[in-house]
Amino acid sequence: MSVPSLLPAALALGLAPLLVGVITRTKAVIAGRVGQPLLQPYRDLRKLMRKGAVYSRTTTWVFRAGPVVGLAATVLASALVPYGGSFALVSFPGDLFVFAYLLALTRFFTVIAALDTGSSFEGMGASREVTFSALAEPALLLGLAAVARMTGSLSLSPILSRVTVEVWAQAAPALALVAAALLVVFLVENGRIPVDDPATHLELTMIHEVMILDHGGPDLAFILYAAAVKLWLLGTLLIGVVLPVHSDNRWLDSAAATVAMLALGVLTGLIESSMARLRLVRVPNLLVGAGVLSVLALLLVLR
Amino acid sequence: MVEMVLICIVLTNFALLGSSRLSACIRLVALQGVLLGFLTLLARESALSVRAPVLALTSTGLKGVAFPWLLSRALRDADVRREVEPFVGQSLSMLLGTLALAASLWLAARLPQPNPALSPLVVPVAFFTILMGLFLIVSRKTALSQVLGYLVLENGIYAFGVGVVEGTPMLVELRVLLDLLVAVLVMGIVVFHIGREFDHIDTDQLTVLRDWDR
Amino acid sequence: MIPALLLIPTLAGLVAYFVRANAPRRMLLVLAGVAHATLTGATWVAEPAPWWGGWLGLDGLGRLFLSITSVLFLAAAVYAAAYLRREMPGGREDFEEGFLFDNAPEATFTACLLLFLAAMTLVTTSQAFGLLWIAVEATTLASAPLIYFHRHHRSLEATWKYLLICSVGIALALLGNFFLAVAASGHGITSVGLVLSDLLHGASDLRVAWLRAAFLLFLVGYGTKVGLAPLHTWLPDAHSEAPSVVSALLSGALLNCALLGIMRAQQVCAAAGQAAFGQGLLIGFGLLSMAVAAVFIPGQSDYKRMLAYSSVEHMGILTLGLGLGGAATFGSMLHAVNHSLTKAALFLVAGNILAAYRSKSADDVRGVLRTLPVSGVVWVAALFAITGSPPFGSFTSELTILKAALDQGRATVAITYLALLAVIFVGMATAVLGMAQGAPNDARVPTARREPLLSVAPAVALVGVVLLLGLYIPPVVRSAIESAASALG
Repeated sequence: MSVPSLLPAALALGLAPLLVGVITRTKAVIAGRVGQPLLQPYRDLRKLMRKGAVYSRTTTWVFRAGPVVGLAATVLASALVPYGGSFALVSFPGDLFVFAYLLALTRFFTVIAALDTGSSFEGMGASREVTFSALAEPALLLGLAAVARMTGSLSLSPILSRVTVEVWAQAAPALALVAAALLVVFLVENGRIPVDDPATHLELTMIHEVMILDHGGPDLAFILYAAAVKLWLLGTLLIGVVLPVHSDNRWLDSAAATVAMLALGVLTGLIESSMARLRLVRVPNLLVGAGVLSVLALLLVLR
Repeated sequence: MVEMVLICIVLTNFALLGSSRLSACIRLVALQGVLLGFLTLLARESALSVRAPVLALTSTGLKGVAFPWLLSRALRDADVRREVEPFVGQSLSMLLGTLALAASLWLAARLPQPNPALSPLVVPVAFFTILMGLFLIVSRKTALSQVLGYLVLENGIYAFGVGVVEGTPMLVELRVLLDLLVAVLVMGIVVFHIGREFDHIDTDQLTVLRDWDR
Repeated sequence: MIPALLLIPTLAGLVAYFVRANAPRRMLLVLAGVAHATLTGATWVAEPAPWWGGWLGLDGLGRLFLSITSVLFLAAAVYAAAYLRREMPGGREDFEEGFLFDNAPEATFTACLLLFLAAMTLVTTSQAFGLLWIAVEATTLASAPLIYFHRHHRSLEATWKYLLICSVGIALALLGNFFLAVAASGHGITSVGLVLSDLLHGASDLRVAWLRAAFLLFLVGYGTKVGLAPLHTWLPDAHSEAPSVVSALLSGALLNCALLGIMRAQQVCAAAGQAAFGQGLLIGFGLLSMAVAAVFIPGQSDYKRMLAYSSVEHMGILTLGLGLGGAATFGSMLHAVNHSLTKAALFLVAGNILAAYRSKSADDVRGVLRTLPVSGVVWVAALFAITGSPPFGSFTSELTILKAALDQGRATVAITYLALLAVIFVGMATAVLGMAQGAPNDARVPTARREPLLSVAPAVALVGVVLLLGLYIPPVVRSAIESAASALG
């Protein structure tokens, strides 16, 4: 179905915290605990929105703008990503670059808000975050470029809608490589193990957590919500490449995609529970490896 | 199917570039040997007779089991530090590997297609494996990893022979297997001697024999 | 006859490994050498029939190189009998660093020497590329234990470099074999061993791109074993750390056999009309090898290393002659004979000097002409022979190559060639003459030692032959060299 619709954006904005809940619940179940309720992230967001915020005197407007701009950019990005059989709200050739750089904008503002506090911990986290993202960017863009070449379009919605069973049958190795690269990017960009532990609060080991240490109240709510939406959006990309099923019924496809997203959440929980965090010096190797996978896929497609 | 096997071979090469532990490298080379056994079976599907599977089994057994076992023994007996300390860092190695892959694809495109080509990917993957073998020999410092690089080089040449050379497959495989067998045996013995003599297997320190300023 | 040529050294080697007593084993070594040389001589009289479906055979080129190998081995076997008697069993003290080390068991050494001869015989008699490759591989494996005769860390280092670098080279040559098979595929040339005569017959049907790539791989792969720069890095170490007997065989016989691989490839290329492709490469590699030798020989303090670099230089001259083609090929073949005999003599004498003076440094050795008269004379004579002075045979061969270069109008090649030869002459003469003349240092050997006959006789004989070849080339030798050269075009 090529009618642009609100469905992808609505699902992204509505169900993103649920995905976070699924991941947390999976990790708890595997660890043998009962864990949080699945809807706990929504409750956390509501709680945070009702709180007040304290701002340090050493910060400037950047600190206050960071979460807001970040959320705005992420919501805009949700308008670009298709879901199931539906086209995204906005799609034009080259929108995959806009998508990647909207997410980068979010990250940029989070980073400069962290640097604005003048705290050395946050600066440390900021520098790590930026390094890893810089290394993950080629993996993401080259992988998407490979899929774009395969399907012959530069816009996200046509690309993902054209990945069908036939394309898989024809170019299975390349698509498998792209899927692997996108999975690594998914884990890196969202600060999941094996790159970063979202549950740690030891300052020397945090990356994402440490950047948002000084935010509170609604600001923290914005940041957490934006992170959840980013998780959802990158997951959608991965599901779009991996799941080649496209029937004619829009609702059926969306339901299938939702099930796949929840399965991805469970998978992420499994990965996080079964691995330890990589040493920080080893993370660039992992990222370069993901980049190499993307390059390999691209070379296979270009041949 | 053939393409899948070839891409897995390429992935093992990249994994070798990024590995820092000798035992992991030995396992990866063993995996490469097993993949090449699959390739042999796939390549000779048309040829009847018992010879092809027997040969595939022998080569898999030798390259996937016997040589790695031998090298692990040498590693253990030499009692050295397990880390491979390369001249070229892992990330840079992987980037160079990507360049080598692009170069192999270009080179294979320059040469006219051999007649009964198994798949258009065979020649580039073989060239790439050969280049990776040479790169491993040059960029690694321990004697054992140089032997592993030599094994990878031979794997690449074997892949080329199996995938491209028509005629009796026996001679191709026998030749490479013979080469490997004796070479690895001899090298394994020498590595053992090196470990015993020097208390390390770091070939970067084998610099006594040189031309100026003794 | 060919099976006998192969079986005698192999069986002798296997038997030698199991013989317990030293004296019978050394006798076996010398006898095997004599038998092999006699059989080789017989092949000059009666052409041996091809064997094993055409895979083994002796053409003019093979016979020439087989003869060189056989003569050299006989000389080496005689010398080795004296050398092994002299090497004390049990621990020895190292000259340079003073630690104690062991030698390898003599049985291993003798057996490997004989198997080495068998492998080299296989190289010269194989008429198929596949078999040639296996034989060259066998020579690498047979000679590695020989280099590691003195069991200490320097020779282990040399053995490791030799093994690794030559194995990589040979692996590339295997890839060259496969490329050649692809070049020959699809046009009716289906013999899988790549028999030479089949390839020469069907040469016009070979696929050119693959043939060129195959030649390149052969050049680099076998060139590593030949010791062409920049692939020569194993040569100085291996030749200087091995016992002199082994160095003589490696320099004199093995490098030639490896060159045979390149020459066979050039034969096929020439038959396919691609001779010009290889020529530039061969000339380039040849001049580069000579240049590298010219850099490292002057000022070289270790005289065995200097001889090793001289081998690099002469392999460069051979390759240069091959590349120039025509009359220069005759010069190359003649030079192969001269160089092998002279270099073997040099190494054998160097062994005597090393044993007497217990030092590998040319600065420590003085007055060889006084302390070891016969060896000293041979040392100086062989110097002049190796650097191409008349009346020795090398003068004729090097002059032939020069003349061919000038006839072809390649002035730069000729001038570079002459300049490099001059530099090497000066470098080697400084070292050798400095060692030969003067009064011996008191710290080193002062007393005139009695020179055992078996230690000097082989060297004297070899230099004598080279002198003879310089003065007069017997017609049978000349025709043999001409037939070898004509096979190469």
